[in-house]
Amino acid sequence: MSALAERIAGARAEGRAALIAYLPVGYPDVPGSIEAMTAAVEGGADIVEIGVPYSDPGMDGPTIQEVVEVAVRAGVGMRDVLAAVSAVAAAGAVPVVMSYWNPIERYGVDRFATDLAAAGGAGAITPDLVPDEAAAWLDASDRVGLDRVFLVAPSSTEARLLSTTAACRGFVYAASTMGVTGTRSTVSGTAEQLVTRTRAAAADLAVCVGLGVSDGDQAAEVAAFADGVIVGSAYVRALVDGGPEAVRALSVDLAAGVRRGQRVPA
Amino acid sequence: MTTTPVRPSEELLSPARPEWPDAGGHFGVYGGRFVPEALIAALDELTEAYAAMRRDPEFHAEFDRLQREYTGRPSPITEVTKFAEHAGGARVLLKREDLNHTGSHKINNVLGQALLTKRIGKKRVIAETGAGQHGVATATAAALMGLECVVYMGEEDTRRQALNVARMRLLGATVVPVTTGSRTLKDAINEAFRDWVTNVETTNYVFGTVAGPHPFPEMVRDFQRVIGDEARQQVLEREGRLPDAVLACVGGGSNAIGIFTAFVPDAGVRLIGLEAGGDGVGTGRHAASITGGDPGVLHGARTYLLQDDNGQTIESHSISAGLDYPGVGPEHSHLHDIGRAEYRPVTDTEAMEAFALLCRTEGIIPAIETAHALAGALVVGRELGPEALLLVNLSGRGDKDVETATAWFGLGQATTDGDARAVEAGHGAQPGPALGTADDTTVQDGTAL
Repeated sequence: MSALAERIAGARAEGRAALIAYLPVGYPDVPGSIEAMTAAVEGGADIVEIGVPYSDPGMDGPTIQEVVEVAVRAGVGMRDVLAAVSAVAAAGAVPVVMSYWNPIERYGVDRFATDLAAAGGAGAITPDLVPDEAAAWLDASDRVGLDRVFLVAPSSTEARLLSTTAACRGFVYAASTMGVTGTRSTVSGTAEQLVTRTRAAAADLAVCVGLGVSDGDQAAEVAAFADGVIVGSAYVRALVDGGPEAVRALSVDLAAGVRRGQRVPA
Repeated sequence: MTTTPVRPSEELLSPARPEWPDAGGHFGVYGGRFVPEALIAALDELTEAYAAMRRDPEFHAEFDRLQREYTGRPSPITEVTKFAEHAGGARVLLKREDLNHTGSHKINNVLGQALLTKRIGKKRVIAETGAGQHGVATATAAALMGLECVVYMGEEDTRRQALNVARMRLLGATVVPVTTGSRTLKDAINEAFRDWVTNVETTNYVFGTVAGPHPFPEMVRDFQRVIGDEARQQVLEREGRLPDAVLACVGGGSNAIGIFTAFVPDAGVRLIGLEAGGDGVGTGRHAASITGGDPGVLHGARTYLLQDDNGQTIESHSISAGLDYPGVGPEHSHLHDIGRAEYRPVTDTEAMEAFALLCRTEGIIPAIETAHALAGALVVGRELGPEALLLVNLSGRGDKDVETATAWFGLGQATTDGDARAVEAGHGAQPGPALGTADDTTVQDGTAL
């Protein structure tokens, strides 16, 4: 069984959704970002999405753009990402890399898969790679047994929900709203509908919801219908404003939230 | 040298549709779609609507009418004999896209995409712009067709191209200065994609060049190929033969693809794209994606781009805002790899020398983008010799560049004092040459070419 699916199933066995924290490598610097990820895990994150800095993050809003720009300028690269992967695994969470496609292609798809598996990574989330263009990544991830997480969106047709979920392993990332990353005051009503449609396309695949969740109450709301709750910009905001302690506190709040969600055990 | 015009054969008059891209938008290994899933439905909608529109005689009638009555097509061919004296005696023909309404080739594409926007029932268009030419063209088409228009433009470019910002605002468009990243075209594209992914239900993205995800490279090429289709027929009718080489500047590459496409099947015609060499490719400060870059993924397509070892896009540098882009259209990457087209860099200095030369010898002020192609013609002409016939795409006019050129040539005081004699050569920080008379305008070896 995949490392991600196993951890999400473990949460489900406790009658709750999994908490997935996103933080980018290299902000404020590489050791500081690893410290923040460790704090997120200590506060209760089950899975850490380890962000690979990229110069052209087309799916990210201003909060993430600004910190990632710092890391890009500092020359943070895949070696730093792999160090973060090992640190998150040692802290007890499941590490999954989140990367736009070009940094992976530049590093070498096969080399990336081999090195990520060796560092203890579970797999990768690829926000601008759709399965249609992913032949090399499908091969490489199969070869070393890595998970691969693609995205579905409210605009995805039924046919694409089927083909995308069929290419996923670990979980599928349901991008709950049409738009870029960033905290929102309310969770979009389209999220639950998207989860329902995605489940209809792939009954056995965990569906985790991202885009817009910022606090424990919103996490509880999403946890009521999703297998995992993905939080990104709120973690970045906490790190920028309050350092690792604020990250830990946010994790505690969110971890309580995913336990309040009235999830019906599968 | 005189040539007897001969009526070309029917076969020569009907250039073929290119064999690429495939159904997924791949030009060999390049192109495709590297975008968030949220945009796939909109790209599919555009692809299908465009395919239907292409088969619709009513669309073709309307598009043809707009091109004739609004843009002013066909654009003429001008032979520039005095300019050509500096090109080793080769003959130089210019395809005058600068005479189109709005002053460049960009209008060809936006009229097509604006008609497509109306066809899919969307009321709002967004666009990115570098030099401002595509932004002006989009704002123009939006005004004509009653669409709301928002143009994203790097803050740096809004300063370099203030005239075009004013034109867009006069035309009723909203110009949004982009302050992220390098604050130039690449960041304007990122911002436009973010707008699109958020507002895709109401909004169509009118992409300005042959880059981006499928179907943009194919669709923009099809709207721009009128340049080469016309020029090929005009040259055949005028000269009774095809040109030896076709030259165009390449940033994203839409004017180049526009003039190349008709000639791709003509194996004897060399296709030469001139990239922005900035301070020189060796300095690292340039925008020559094919000459100085590697294959990777940027803005939704696999193509050549300027990137570092971590796969981060490297900031490009060029005196020309319209060429100041670290990527290039995927079809150019393919034409390069299969050897059908060649790509050479032209430095800022070489481009500005050619700019000055065309102004002084022919009374035509070209866009600085276009000046890169003219600089290439000076070198290629000398390589090919006096029998050669060169066709250069004069993609845009230079009104928007008057300030940049004034600073480069140190002409600033002349406008206030009215005394050209007082002008100092190379005034200001730019290493520009004096803008002399045609006779003493020297052209360097062009070893960078």
